[in-house]
Amino acid sequence: MDVLSSLMDGFATALTPMNLLYALIGVILGTAVGVLPGIGPAMTVALLLPVATVLEPTSAFIMFAGIYYGGMFGGSTTSILLNTPGESSSVITAIEGNLMAKAGKAAQALATAAIGSFVAGAIGTSLLVVFAPIVVQFAVSLGAPSYFAIMVLSLLAVTAVLGSSKLRGFASLGLGLAIGLVGLDFVSGQARLTFGLPLLSDGLDVVVIAVAIFAVGEALWVAAHLRRTPLQIIPVGRPWMGKQDWKRSWKPWLRGTALGFPFGALPAGGAEIPTFLSYVTEKRLSKHPEEFGKGAIEGVAGPEAANNAAAAGTLTPMLALGLPTNATAAVMLAAFTQFGIQPGPLLFQNEGPLVWALIASLFIGNFLLLLVNLPLAPVWAKLLRLPRPYLYAGILFFATLGAYSVNLQAFDLMLLLVLGALGFMMRRYGLPVLPLILGVILGPRLEKQLRQALQLSAGDVSGLWNEPIAVVVYIIVALVLLWPLAARLWRARRPRTGGLVVAGGPAVDGPAVDGPAAGPAAAPFAEAPAVEGRHVEGGPVDGSGAEAPADRGPDAGRRRADATHANHGQEKS
Amino acid sequence: MTSLASRLKGRSELGVAALLGAVGALVLFDAARLVVPYSQSDPVGPKALPMIVGGLLLICAVLLAVNVLRGGRGEAEAGEDVDLTHPADWKTVLPLAGAFIANILLIDWAGWVISGTVLFWGSVWALGSRHYVRDGLISLALALLTFYGFYLGLGIALPAGLLEGIL
Repeated sequence: MDVLSSLMDGFATALTPMNLLYALIGVILGTAVGVLPGIGPAMTVALLLPVATVLEPTSAFIMFAGIYYGGMFGGSTTSILLNTPGESSSVITAIEGNLMAKAGKAAQALATAAIGSFVAGAIGTSLLVVFAPIVVQFAVSLGAPSYFAIMVLSLLAVTAVLGSSKLRGFASLGLGLAIGLVGLDFVSGQARLTFGLPLLSDGLDVVVIAVAIFAVGEALWVAAHLRRTPLQIIPVGRPWMGKQDWKRSWKPWLRGTALGFPFGALPAGGAEIPTFLSYVTEKRLSKHPEEFGKGAIEGVAGPEAANNAAAAGTLTPMLALGLPTNATAAVMLAAFTQFGIQPGPLLFQNEGPLVWALIASLFIGNFLLLLVNLPLAPVWAKLLRLPRPYLYAGILFFATLGAYSVNLQAFDLMLLLVLGALGFMMRRYGLPVLPLILGVILGPRLEKQLRQALQLSAGDVSGLWNEPIAVVVYIIVALVLLWPLAARLWRARRPRTGGLVVAGGPAVDGPAVDGPAAGPAAAPFAEAPAVEGRHVEGGPVDGSGAEAPADRGPDAGRRRADATHANHGQEKS
Repeated sequence: MTSLASRLKGRSELGVAALLGAVGALVLFDAARLVVPYSQSDPVGPKALPMIVGGLLLICAVLLAVNVLRGGRGEAEAGEDVDLTHPADWKTVLPLAGAFIANILLIDWAGWVISGTVLFWGSVWALGSRHYVRDGLISLALALLTFYGFYLGLGIALPAGLLEGIL
């Protein structure tokens, strides 16, 4: 398989006027919806899934490519112009970005975010082109045992590494796996958890689940806590950068990209860790450290590039292995199955033209973003003023419409409400959403691989680890699970730094109102042990995150207390 | 008893543990019901994963209950429009859910144009807008636009319901 010629074919498909139009629609839609508060890229894709299913698969995925990058970019615009970040991946951008905007440099902040996103997106997508086929080549030789192991790793990593409470992560994963069980068993044909309802025998539609959890749950949750005082939005003109800004931005862009891509490609990588690492790195390397905390351009350029590079990195396991590592990729994977396309290493072989068209349109979408977004930034800023009743009523309206249009059954709307209530509850009590979605999507595939593996070994349990890769993956699983325990033992031997007494309560009292200062400080610390853990596994990081918690005494202490608390539950399960 | 009552106060998260326990029990119960003839070609059978999942949920339920009773609390999700300083506003959520349920009840009988209008108008009202006429017009326009958009653009015929023949 000649990568370059396949890619060129992909461009040929993606550059037809019709598909170019879909890419443009995707970019604009993705940015517009991404800018809207309360709507992240995952929800955007979920809401548009039903509509896209009537399109031809290639066009639909070209549109998704645009939405994917557009949504990421939209999120950063919001976090720069508003004081409160929406998605966890743009939390870090919000710190310096919002300070810059307040200091009257909103145009430069938006420009460095946009151009940095473009640079990172272009490099990231190129790396995807290089690495995805290599991963595929490696993956096609794997059998069911290895796949089973990799899926277990991916589920456990997302559950145990991300989020502040592992216990709540596992609870969410369990719920997702349970939802995934509903329907007829694919081997024996027996009905599981259908309660005699024929409507449930095909299982729950992934579109309905995604829309319910992301859109309905979010709308209900925001409705319950709707901010009644208007947010302060900083007006902005056309983004531009001076010579000095360019000079200060280009290195952070490249460093951010280098951090973001590998993390995005790892299971449970996500964008939170690399954006945080990038921020710390830039702060240390900056020639203007005194500006950090007052709006330093490096603090926007680096994390924003890391965020976008991670977004590209995420697509590597998704396309090459069929493994989603963040919510948006999970929903995109659901879209694949909607079209009857089997995700996995055979994807490149079976659906080559489609995949390469998707990759080509990532390049195109990335370029269109730059063209469209620099001049349109003031328009996006206006979107932030949309009256909230209309915004959230609109989300419910389109969620309903989308979920209903899949099967034209009122029954689906009942599911939507029930699962929406579940999504509400999860947000209220801090259950992370991602493990649930991954459980729903990967659960059935996990079961398939498990049964296949043991079928091959005629029921012998050793069939689960009779491939060397499987063994390696299980060792990594053990490291991921045992690392917090080891870290705890290590800490217990040394004199405590205090804070451990405060059991429980993860920043419940940390008011979100006083903005990025509290939020981001809290978020990455939960990850800090994981960062070190990766290093052990031969990850690409030089452990620069490890030192970070040291300079923030009490907060880190409280975080650690919480992590310890949660680990407690995790060893037993 | 009083100490139990005081321990339960402000521990609504125990409801989450109860839910996890209930779902776990349900999954296990349902799995136990399955008849599994031994088969060479499927040694794992349809029971294995439900048993694991049910077990996982039960363990999580117990651990979460312990965690909550010891003072652990889940971190409520923040967001751009989320103000966590005031308690959950049920006066907004319940009417919103009401509008949603009205749509479910109406959609097949009255059709999307009517039920969608009710849904959007009701939601906007629940969320605090009081421009009755303007909101009504916007709702109707949205419902009509999506009805025709889906029909003409995507080839999906949403139910016309009562307005069958007019639309």
